[in-house]
Amino acid sequence: MVNEKIKAEVRNLNFYYGPVKALKDINLNIAEKKVTALIGPSGCGKTTYLRCFNRMHDLYPNNRYEGEIILHPDALNITGPDIDPIEVRMRISMVFQRPNPFPKSIYENVAYGPRVRGIRRRSELDERVEKSLRGAALWEEAKDRLHDLAFNLSGGQQQRLCIARALATDPEILLFDEPTSALDPIATAKIEELILELKKEVTILIVTHNMQQAARISDYTAFMYIGELIEFDKTEKVFTVPSHKLTEDYITGRFG
Amino acid sequence: MPEQSIDDIRRMIARHKLLDHIFAIVGILSLMVGILTLLALFTELAIEGAPRIGWKLFTSFPSRHPEEAGILSAWVGTTLIMLVTAASAVPLGVASAVYLEEYARKNWLTAIIEINVTNLAGVPSIVYGLLALGLFVYKLDFGQSILSAGLTLALLILPIVIVSAREAIRAVPGSIREAAYALGATKWQTVRDHVLPYSLGGILTGTIMGLSRAIGETAPVITIGALTFIAFLPQSPFSADFPYVSFRWLMDSFTVMPIQMFNWTSRPEAAFQHNAAAAGVVLLVMTLIMNGIAIYIRYRFRKRIKW
Amino acid sequence: MSETHTIRQFEEELRLIKEKVLRLGGLVEEGIANSIKALVERDTQLAERTIENDHVVNGLEVEIDELCLKVLALRQPAASDLRLITTAIKIITDLERIGDMAVNVCERVLELNEEAPLKPYIDIPRMAEAAQRMLKESLDAFVNGDTDLATKVLVEDDFVDDLNRQIFRELLTFMMEDPNTISRAMKILFISKYLERIADHATNIAEMVVFMVKGKVIRHIKQQQE
Repeated sequence: MVNEKIKAEVRNLNFYYGPVKALKDINLNIAEKKVTALIGPSGCGKTTYLRCFNRMHDLYPNNRYEGEIILHPDALNITGPDIDPIEVRMRISMVFQRPNPFPKSIYENVAYGPRVRGIRRRSELDERVEKSLRGAALWEEAKDRLHDLAFNLSGGQQQRLCIARALATDPEILLFDEPTSALDPIATAKIEELILELKKEVTILIVTHNMQQAARISDYTAFMYIGELIEFDKTEKVFTVPSHKLTEDYITGRFG
Repeated sequence: MPEQSIDDIRRMIARHKLLDHIFAIVGILSLMVGILTLLALFTELAIEGAPRIGWKLFTSFPSRHPEEAGILSAWVGTTLIMLVTAASAVPLGVASAVYLEEYARKNWLTAIIEINVTNLAGVPSIVYGLLALGLFVYKLDFGQSILSAGLTLALLILPIVIVSAREAIRAVPGSIREAAYALGATKWQTVRDHVLPYSLGGILTGTIMGLSRAIGETAPVITIGALTFIAFLPQSPFSADFPYVSFRWLMDSFTVMPIQMFNWTSRPEAAFQHNAAAAGVVLLVMTLIMNGIAIYIRYRFRKRIKW
Repeated sequence: MSETHTIRQFEEELRLIKEKVLRLGGLVEEGIANSIKALVERDTQLAERTIENDHVVNGLEVEIDELCLKVLALRQPAASDLRLITTAIKIITDLERIGDMAVNVCERVLELNEEAPLKPYIDIPRMAEAAQRMLKESLDAFVNGDTDLATKVLVEDDFVDDLNRQIFRELLTFMMEDPNTISRAMKILFISKYLERIADHATNIAEMVVFMVKGKVIRHIKQQQE
């Protein structure tokens, strides 16, 4: 990729669930402040790959990383065995497939990330909460009910709350794991619009099984198949003139 | 084209519905047997004990004269012992549950521990009494005191607390934990800020259920030497001098409600039977109230937390 | 994975588009053949019938256009499917223009039949035959995704252009020698021009087929090279 600042370099990444090799020799560059989409049929490893970025696999036993993910500008190897996963998660946030707000108030949900980072002063927390809720396009709907339970929001609002929660920690990369698969089309459209706004500030990596979504919002698209990276290029090229037959077949609906 | 005619289908449905009704009736009858028996027992108890229930019952010490005998020392003893039991069983039980669910690695050692914890719930309570006699009363020299009784009962209900705390902790969805970890929380932060608060309802319910079992356990308490006739109360927990709180009551002798009841029923005088019945009613009501509180807590927590 | 789309209806719609494009091509090819036949045999009725049939050509073009639009809206085609649809939409425009050219030829034929014949037609039928061949090959290339065949068409255009220039020189000589022939010669010149335009449209179709298959734009490159 020419003329792009690189936020993360993935070099020869392999990943094992116990004895099973789930990711094979992935090499990929993530462009800064752009949206990179990961597409592929079920079981191709795209979510596995995404969860390497914030070391979520460390939460479960018998998982192993090989290879590197180098985070710029300070060249930190995310998957390095001597790097604390907590440190990685302080810089890289995630939004999950089903909205999973804490059973607390809206305010407390967004404030949790900053609290974990030691921010205690009420005024500072207030400021961060407002900034994050604005960033997630939820401020207008939430500002009069900050202390209401998060569960009282609609599904689409809850997901935006989860985005606000992830933004509150000023992440360098924002990971989205099929963020709209549980939402209706209007809520989906709002979140896609939001992602297009967010990319001005934050590098975004999104896994989606909806190809049209990848086509709509991403700058770069990576197609994966059975743990391997088959094709990675600018989105418009992948969807008009893909280089690999496998990509072509998947995109035109011949399988998957 | 259906193979059966409409009539055939209708007859089949009617047959199935009949079976439905029959089963519903059988179910209700079975339920009634249980409920009516309990109601009958309770009513009989209430009738027998009603004349003796009154302010005097609660504020008098036992005496040789049945009209003057009361349950003061008994219910005070029960209450204080329950305090000790709760104060020991809850932290130990919850901490064990948190360790087993969040920290322990799933290997054969953990599996053995889990099996043993569940088994402990089935150990006869008298065995706990013997254990307590040897350990608390003699070895550790706590004597035949409220402390020993409280700790003994704590051991008894520990498996119940651990199991229900584990269930409550397990009920917290993994997605919530992942959300917390993804924000950079450590394991302890996740447990302290999320897992425990959200499982509090289940933990409290389990604790109260354990306590309502402990309140009626007589065998272990007798074994470690509860007295049956005491005409004094343990020392007050409040004192005039600093630090204004005294723990000397822990080492005092005591009695509990079940023992007082047992004592009265073994007396020949008919009047004491009435006393026993009255005490029984009080104990039953205490248990029902505790269960009621448990149910209410569970309801309130369910409203807050909808997974 | 299979070579056909998982959704059979989609596969069927794509097949239908190709079939209709071929049919349109066939109609238009027939139009060219008939117009030249009417010229050589001085057949006024054939010319008139050919002119009338143009409305069938126009109707079919609209039909294919709507079908393509429907597929675009409902199937969100991507990659090769998308290129197929957009190419089809452009090709039918060229085909419809070719149909118009054939009508123009017939109109000149009607005018020529009111005057005496000027000379035997030799080069015009050769041009028409070449143009027809180019049209057929470019459409075959479209249906089969055959870039080699499409490239062949691009080369044949030079042959048609040469013929056009030759006809022009010959008729120019006629007109200079005898001013009475100017009216008829001009009409024949027009016919030659129409045939040359038909060949150009066939070339366009071939260029678009190459884009469709390879994803590379080769249109306009020849102009840049000249």
